[in-house]
Amino acid sequence: MSASEMRHPGLNLGGADERTHEQAGGAVFGFWVFLMSDAVLFALLFATYGAMLPATVGGPTPASVYKILPAFFETLILLSSSFTFGMASVALKHKASRTQLLGWMGVTLGLGLAFLGMELHDFAIMFGNGAYPTRSGYLSSFFALVPLHGLHVFLGCIWIVVMMVQLLTFGPDARVRINILRLGLFWHFLDIVWIAIFSVVYLQGLIR
Amino acid sequence: MNPDVWPAVLGRFQWHSLPFVRAWENPTASELIGAGAALIVIVGAVLAIALISWLGKWRYLWSEWLTSLDHKKIGIMYIALALVMLSRALIEAVLMRMQQASAINSAGFIAPDHFAQLFSTHGSIMIFFMAMPFLTGAINFVMPLQIGVRDVAFPLLNSISLWLTGGAAGLMMVSLVVGRFSTGGWTGYPPYTELAFSPGVGVDYWIWAVSLGSVGSTLTGLNFAVTIYKMRCPGMTLMRMPMFVWTALCTSIMMVFAMPPLTVATALLALDRYLGFHFFTNDLGGNMMNYANLFWLFGHPEVYILILPAFGVYSEVVSTFSTKRLCGYTSLVLATMAIAILSFTVWVHHFFTMGQSPNINAVFGIATMAIGVPTGVKIYDWIWTMFRGEVRFTVPMLYSLAFMITFMLGGLSGIILAFPPLDYLVHNTLFLVAHFHNVIIPGVLYGLLAGYHYWFPKAFGFRLSEKWGRVSFACWLVGFYLAFMPLYVLGFAGVSRRTQGMFDPAFRPWLYIAGAGALILLAALGALLVQLWVSVRDRDDNRVATGDPWDGRGLEWSVSAPPPEYNFAVIPHVASRDAFYGEKRDGDPYAPPARYEDIELPKNSRTGPVIGIVGAAAAFGLVWHMWWLATLGVVTIVATVIARSFVRDVRRTIPAAEVERVERSWLHAVAEAKAIPREIETTSANQGLAEASA
Repeated sequence: MSASEMRHPGLNLGGADERTHEQAGGAVFGFWVFLMSDAVLFALLFATYGAMLPATVGGPTPASVYKILPAFFETLILLSSSFTFGMASVALKHKASRTQLLGWMGVTLGLGLAFLGMELHDFAIMFGNGAYPTRSGYLSSFFALVPLHGLHVFLGCIWIVVMMVQLLTFGPDARVRINILRLGLFWHFLDIVWIAIFSVVYLQGLIR
Repeated sequence: MNPDVWPAVLGRFQWHSLPFVRAWENPTASELIGAGAALIVIVGAVLAIALISWLGKWRYLWSEWLTSLDHKKIGIMYIALALVMLSRALIEAVLMRMQQASAINSAGFIAPDHFAQLFSTHGSIMIFFMAMPFLTGAINFVMPLQIGVRDVAFPLLNSISLWLTGGAAGLMMVSLVVGRFSTGGWTGYPPYTELAFSPGVGVDYWIWAVSLGSVGSTLTGLNFAVTIYKMRCPGMTLMRMPMFVWTALCTSIMMVFAMPPLTVATALLALDRYLGFHFFTNDLGGNMMNYANLFWLFGHPEVYILILPAFGVYSEVVSTFSTKRLCGYTSLVLATMAIAILSFTVWVHHFFTMGQSPNINAVFGIATMAIGVPTGVKIYDWIWTMFRGEVRFTVPMLYSLAFMITFMLGGLSGIILAFPPLDYLVHNTLFLVAHFHNVIIPGVLYGLLAGYHYWFPKAFGFRLSEKWGRVSFACWLVGFYLAFMPLYVLGFAGVSRRTQGMFDPAFRPWLYIAGAGALILLAALGALLVQLWVSVRDRDDNRVATGDPWDGRGLEWSVSAPPPEYNFAVIPHVASRDAFYGEKRDGDPYAPPARYEDIELPKNSRTGPVIGIVGAAAAFGLVWHMWWLATLGVVTIVATVIARSFVRDVRRTIPAAEVERVERSWLHAVAEAKAIPREIETTSANQGLAEASA
């Protein structure tokens, strides 16, 4: 099989690193399957959120607790972080200098942490306004869905740190390269989930 | 020490949590049975540890089994776990039958709370810790051999899945010794399982045991699906795969998509119980109907996750023992896929009575009946496979025949339940209990037992005793009919399920028959264990080292029994379905390869045992509110995963010379062995070399 052939959806290492490209087929496909399973978790929590949206029990409603502006900035930050991770992947594929790769991953990490900080700040304000999960079924479902995405971003941040340390320890060996491919998929996946959260939760909240 | 420290260390543990203390204070039969069960767990564990120490086998056990990443050993460990858990859950079933038979207008000998624990553990164990490990073990052992590969796609993940399942099963056993188990049934329906009505540790045991097990199963499904999609040997196109691999693939896909709903259901219930959320509570906007939907969104596909691999086993067994190519292979593949997809569209039939509109019930009722069509196709295919074949009535074949007839009956009672108006009449009665045992016992247990008898010689190199196999089979068959046919009658008479006491003396004969049936089922398990003992004792008379005791068709029969750790010295190339069967007739499957090469295999790893044991400890901490233990456990797991990602030396090489030595000695044994005709395959003349008749 030729090296230019697609082994898996997404960015392929291709001819730039043929041996790793061979191994990546099953390894990255397996991670896709994992993401699909993870997507089912989110889908069900979205469904639960939709079903529980009316259950405000006289407490805070979506329109009264969501702040669209911070959510919009969080969206911009997360979308930018997907772009910077994309640059890291390109650097990996085309064997750019290690500094460049580490640099893009560092920027992504910074944006991820900034996102988490803003999100925690939002939650704190919500709590301050009496919108905490034990108040109503609606708020329970909000605090199951949105923080689960945040938890994923947090784990993604830990993963970025681990991969940066491994890059420094081992250099870009086959396992590091395959794991960065997987990390990239994970990071972009979280971006897609966030777009769904921004549309279904925050934008929809404006009209309720 | 300051007495205020103890709650922080021990959480909500009290002396009263121990069944021995409870039995001491209140020595009723019910409490004594509880204490006896706890004693069996403790004595069993101590005896096992003492025996291993006495034999000096700890190092062997650790390095050859517990840390092994070999899919064959992992598969065997899964099945050993399943048999242990089967024993416990079957004993619980017998206790329940005895209670109902003795509690006709009297109290019986098991208290209501204890009875509720029994049906909760019986169901949870049979589904999550008997059926799931059994089929996972069978797929683990057989599937890579059938598609001509040396391991699964992610061997370490495989070990982690095993240990998560094992840790969860361990938690189930611990619940016998410390505290009580849930009384909420295997489905754990809120609001009964909410804190307001079940404040104890029982529901928490259930939540965390099931959660650990479901994560393990999700990862298993992922692993198998990738293995089958990406790793098949050259020439093994999808439509050349053995039927068992097809069913394994469908089951894996279903595990990937159907286990997450269970994880969500138990996680949301845990949020309710631990952090005061309101997903399924009665007040503040909770809605338990969401739980029913989430749970059965998992629960219905789960039925087919269990049953499809058994269908795969039957396809292999019927074809092999009818000495015929599987009839209607393509239709079987399509039927399997159709069942896998349809199974996601019928979950509402588990709660027709919940109050949704009749139109919704009608849609789901029709979808339910539609599943009968591909299932019927399969039954016809197996019958046509037998038609004009030379059918040999070996133990696996007997199970297959018993399955076809018994499962038909269960399927027909399922069609009755699929009509919403009829379902209203028998909802939550023993009719339902009779129905699902009538599909799951022949559809899962018989199938896995058929597979156990069929592939055991491959795994261990000797055949199981035919005589005791038949005794056990007869007991499983007769016991099943006696135990469950009366429940149809009782269900129609309106006896609700999970009833601890009975009031109508007219039920007495039926309950007695069902009780006798339960005892015969227990005898069946006893016969199965005797069979294992007798077969191990007489193993030298029944060796089949050449590896092909049944004139098999798939690649798994083309290697020695037990197979070498690398499975195939040279990765096979196949050009047709039933490649090995064809090669025995048209070529020489035992021709030595031109040259041997070095083989790379994964090294052992401690990661699996660490994650499983620490995971179970963290779950135990969560159950008992020992927050330090739970935190420590979670941190340890994350640290283990990270530490493992830094390990670079993960593969070992078996040199070509070693491979050549092993293969030569096996080929020498093949040359010495005498090929036998099928008529004497169940005698000690069978050395595992088949006489190739046309």
